[in-house]
Amino acid sequence: MRLKGMLAAAALVLLGTLAANTATKADDVGTQDPGVKPYTEALKGKRVVLIPMAMGFDLAQGWAAYLKHEVENWGGVLETRDPNWDVNAHAQAITDVISGAQKPDVLVIHSPDLNSFSKLLKKAQQEGIYVVLVDNPMNFKADAFVGSSWYHLGELEAGAAVKACEGKSKQIGLVQGDAANASSIYQYNGIMSVLKQHSDFKVVAEPFSNWDPTTSRNVTTTMLQQNPDICAIIDFWDGDATGASAAIKDAKLDGKVALVTTGGGETVDCKALEDGTFYAVVMTELAGQSRDMNAVIKFLLQSGVKPGTSTTYIYTLEKATTKADLTPTSCWDLKSLQAGNF
Amino acid sequence: MARVNFFRNLTQERIVFGLALAVFIGCAATLGGFLQADNLIAIVRSVSVLGILAVGMGIVIIGRGIDLSAVAIMAMSVAWYLQMLQNGVSGGEALALTLAGVVAIGLINGFMVAYADVPAIFATLASGAFVYGFCRSQLIAQDATPVPRGNWIDGLGEIPSRIDQYAQIHLAAIPIEVFFFSGAAFAAFLFLRFTKWGRYVYLMGDNFLAARNMGIPVRPMTVLRYAISALIAFSAGILTASSLHSINVRVVNSTLLYDVILVVVIGGIGLSGGKGGMRNVIVGALLIGIMQNAMTIIDISNVYQNLIKSTILLMAIVVDSVVNPRDEQTAQQGDI
Repeated sequence: MRLKGMLAAAALVLLGTLAANTATKADDVGTQDPGVKPYTEALKGKRVVLIPMAMGFDLAQGWAAYLKHEVENWGGVLETRDPNWDVNAHAQAITDVISGAQKPDVLVIHSPDLNSFSKLLKKAQQEGIYVVLVDNPMNFKADAFVGSSWYHLGELEAGAAVKACEGKSKQIGLVQGDAANASSIYQYNGIMSVLKQHSDFKVVAEPFSNWDPTTSRNVTTTMLQQNPDICAIIDFWDGDATGASAAIKDAKLDGKVALVTTGGGETVDCKALEDGTFYAVVMTELAGQSRDMNAVIKFLLQSGVKPGTSTTYIYTLEKATTKADLTPTSCWDLKSLQAGNF
Repeated sequence: MARVNFFRNLTQERIVFGLALAVFIGCAATLGGFLQADNLIAIVRSVSVLGILAVGMGIVIIGRGIDLSAVAIMAMSVAWYLQMLQNGVSGGEALALTLAGVVAIGLINGFMVAYADVPAIFATLASGAFVYGFCRSQLIAQDATPVPRGNWIDGLGEIPSRIDQYAQIHLAAIPIEVFFFSGAAFAAFLFLRFTKWGRYVYLMGDNFLAARNMGIPVRPMTVLRYAISALIAFSAGILTASSLHSINVRVVNSTLLYDVILVVVIGGIGLSGGKGGMRNVIVGALLIGIMQNAMTIIDISNVYQNLIKSTILLMAIVVDSVVNPRDEQTAQQGDI
């Protein structure tokens, strides 16, 4: 009996030492980073496809530059498609990518409106592709949305306009985008909610520009003629705000009418703030947005979560930047990004 | 008898002019601020680019043809010019290259229509798409190309105030676009009415075969018309760049081309050619300008603006087809 007990104890001790030895050799717990292996395995070779509304403007080129830099560094592949503002071509590109032989792992979509791609993106999620929406919201529950809370952005713009109108007539003009685009609708709601709190402020005109600078210029000219006492104009995108600023200059009201707008934060925005063309710009912080996009992509690929089963909203932290707030790093430069300087 | 005479004289141009006048009087009576000089100038200015393109299109259509590449040439030539300036090419060289390219496209259009007998609608549709695709993919980097600071295009807007300073004429209130538009319309009017080639354009449009039999050089004239249209489109692009300090080539995919054809046709220049003149272009442009201005003042939502605009334009066409029905004489081999 005693022999059995001693033999069993010896065997146990031997096994224990063996186990301890094997453990120490294989895992080296305590001297190796446990994250590197699962990270590399989960991310290596994964395909990310970015399909913005067009590749030909600053936001899309900025996202593509940042994402390419990051994605290629963690061993993935970034591809882009260019629908050149055509919604049909956009839908076609998404369909091609989803039903192609080599399916992507993550689809990053910049949507033209709230509903067009809901069915397509649902199909993508059923195929096992993660869907990340950027900048323009949709009514569709994607795996992640990275961008501005346009409602809050509108609130910030209205706040800047109210500040600009201190001591002047309390008349504000709006140059909206178009009636179907989420960013335009939500901005409007945000602006009106702030202006409701300031009952002495009045919105005297709110025409649409259809995101076109010539239309923006024409409607702003008329707005200023009909209401020469306007103290601030809020234009819903810096792309067409160039038209509004030209109209203000023509009416010889630059300096008297404050132009508030929102943009991606490329160098043109900072230049416009410096020379007084814009009074305030709420920048959508493209650099930060791109980093958020990359982080959420990394998370989704490692999480093991099934596409379509969870939704996350990552709203960017924004503020209304005026000339007084400008620093050398307030804006990002597309040209230097494309030259590879990050 | 007098009533019949009145209706017989009611051409489409007069109908549209009457409609424009009616809308104008209605707005002047009911809308505050409509009749101010500033607003009237703004109306003309808002349609000046449209009007210049319509002048070029009018010359082509009167001679029987159509130029669907006008907007593409307008945007892409100026975008290429500005991109070259950004890339460091010297101003004179860039301008020379651009003008050469514009004239070349005009010549190619004219050659295809006149010598290769390709119907104008297809030839210019194809060349427009080619110009857009080629320039967008090979020659320019982004949709929106800004005008470099201090460039002469930027200085165009200053011309009226400069003249005001030197010549003591009070012109500064009138923007440069209005001058461009009226200048282009006037030059085209002189060309069409008082030169021999203007006569040829009308004759060619009226009856192409008869004109050819008469000995009119129809094929070189066709080439000339498309080259003129291309150059006018280029000047419209320079004007756009001057007013917005940048050119955005997205305009090629917009409805601008159809608006140009609408201005020409609504004003009374028939698509089958041979009739009409610059007065029609001005009347058509003014109608559209007055309507858009009135709708902006009333603050009508965008959704309804197109509806109202198209209803008024449809009314003009319907009234014209009732008053001037087509018969053997007026309907020539269909349009275009």
